[in-house]
Amino acid sequence: MSELIEMQSVSLKAAEMVEEGRVHKSLYSDPAIFEEELDKVFNNTWVFVGHESEVPEAGSYKTAWVGRQPVILSRDRKMNLHVLQNRCRHRGATVCEGRKGKTKSFTCPYHGWGYGLDGALRALPKPEEYEGVFDKKDFPLERLRHESYQGLVFATYRDDIESLEDFLGGAKKWIDLFMKQGGGYPVKVLGEHRFNFPGNWKIQLENTTDAYHFPIIHKSFVTSLDDHTADIFDFLHGDGFVEDLGNGHSVMVMIPELVDLESDLDQPIPPRFQKLADELRTEGKPENEVKKLVRAAHGTGFNLNLFPNVSCSMAFFRVLRPVSVGETEIQHVALGGEGAPAPFNRKRMRLHEHFQGPMGFGTPDDGEAWERVHKGSQAGNDGWILVNRGLNNLHTSPDGNVAGAVCSETGMRGAYQQYKRMMAAGEEK
Amino acid sequence: MKLNTQLLNDVTAFIWYEADLLDHKGYQEWLQLWSNDGLYIVPAEFDADDNYEDTLNLALDNADMRRMRIARLEDGESVSANATGNTVRMVSRVRLLEAGDDLVIARCAMTLNEMRHGKLVTYPADVEYQLKPAADGYRLARKVVRLMHADSFLRTVSFIF
Ligand code: FES
Ligand SMILES: [Fe+2]
Repeated sequence: MSELIEMQSVSLKAAEMVEEGRVHKSLYSDPAIFEEELDKVFNNTWVFVGHESEVPEAGSYKTAWVGRQPVILSRDRKMNLHVLQNRCRHRGATVCEGRKGKTKSFTCPYHGWGYGLDGALRALPKPEEYEGVFDKKDFPLERLRHESYQGLVFATYRDDIESLEDFLGGAKKWIDLFMKQGGGYPVKVLGEHRFNFPGNWKIQLENTTDAYHFPIIHKSFVTSLDDHTADIFDFLHGDGFVEDLGNGHSVMVMIPELVDLESDLDQPIPPRFQKLADELRTEGKPENEVKKLVRAAHGTGFNLNLFPNVSCSMAFFRVLRPVSVGETEIQHVALGGEGAPAPFNRKRMRLHEHFQGPMGFGTPDDGEAWERVHKGSQAGNDGWILVNRGLNNLHTSPDGNVAGAVCSETGMRGAYQQYKRMMAAGEEK
Repeated sequence: MKLNTQLLNDVTAFIWYEADLLDHKGYQEWLQLWSNDGLYIVPAEFDADDNYEDTLNLALDNADMRRMRIARLEDGESVSANATGNTVRMVSRVRLLEAGDDLVIARCAMTLNEMRHGKLVTYPADVEYQLKPAADGYRLARKVVRLMHADSFLRTVSFIF
């Protein structure tokens, strides 16, 4: 019997480490499980690679990752998007090393093979040695299937899984709401913060719908706010909720008044935004637009966690990349409005700097907690991580989903059930 | 080329004084070094141009943000600030870029070392100082810390560069 268990596949073992209200701590630290996750999760689902505003023009590109595999998101001359493996078809060098920018083509530095923005192999030095050996048209940079929703670009190695829209499912409504924070202008990436922490990626995944930690670990951030804003962030006793949206996605609504940024436009201007309102008025913006922009500047009152690697968190995208079982890279992508008044985008960036990124007043404390989770969870040979908070107090949301209190662990449970399904997929007992 | 070694000495002495204050957490004294309209800036890209207001930075602190940042480091509420060990920074390669009567601009190299949960983390940076001459030395009008890590991934930071 025990031999049988020994022979069980690693991914099935990992799947069995996810129970309804707890997950085994080995999921944070077992390198064999990590290797399986890259394959069974990241190579088998839709993975976020960027926002369309990051590649705005013909010739724009950005580099990204699908799990541990480097890819390029590019826009060709006809404005079509492509997601390409960043691997020369000759002997495998990356063909693009910049983070983002503009180019006419991707030229491999090693022997000079040149690829178009759509990945087609266009030219190579001294082609006569290949005559009759192969045809250039058969050796483009390999393309990944990609689809977009509201400008969010996802890619997948699987041609046979559901469409992106079906995968997002119940999350689409929340993405639509999230995109209202351009204040009437299309949402645009303004910049990003990059940091890493010595810990497993799922520790960050859990955090996005963890309201329970906020008043504790982010006390110093709340202290730095004016009283009015501090009140807004005092949401644990409010009417917020966490809803399991299916497919591992979930939403945590912390501030219900800020779910729809295009409603309640007659609210008075909060003190934190008085200066912005004055600047917008100075620019000649009519009062209704001032109110709309000020409300949008807040960001939304919810975090939307999209399994496995991105979230629409209040006012920014959080993108995670699993580097190793004990290291995770995170980007906090700041958002504003394309063509929006400069004071609006400036305010959005200043708010982002205040909390987010490696020098924000919030993120370093999250990072400290995650690092300690990773370290502390290694104590003992056996042990479990609890995700059962609020299991006694579930209800059905108006959309028919399982939901719990704002500080319940409903979102984490949803993500882990998706993880369990994916890790077990295709494994026979 | 003739170097103004007297001015270079004065500026270097000021920069070293500031470095010592920060390593020894003399944060209140550090706040006093600033002119009121000064900006403490850590760009999010090593090569960021100087239009900092219209760019996302890691930090862009005016007087209010500096005061709040220091409060966060000192008031014991931040678990990461409490866990931050000592820092030791080395500053060298000081060069004067501008030597006006009202404004002196200098550039230097800095390496900051932090012991973090038992592991040494090192941050090399190129630092620009804009200094306003004052009766008792200088006031900081601007400090721009260009981290080599900015182009890659930082660890989280709960100290002042
Ligand atoms: S590896 Fe790219 S051209 Fe040889
Ligand atoms: Fe947090």
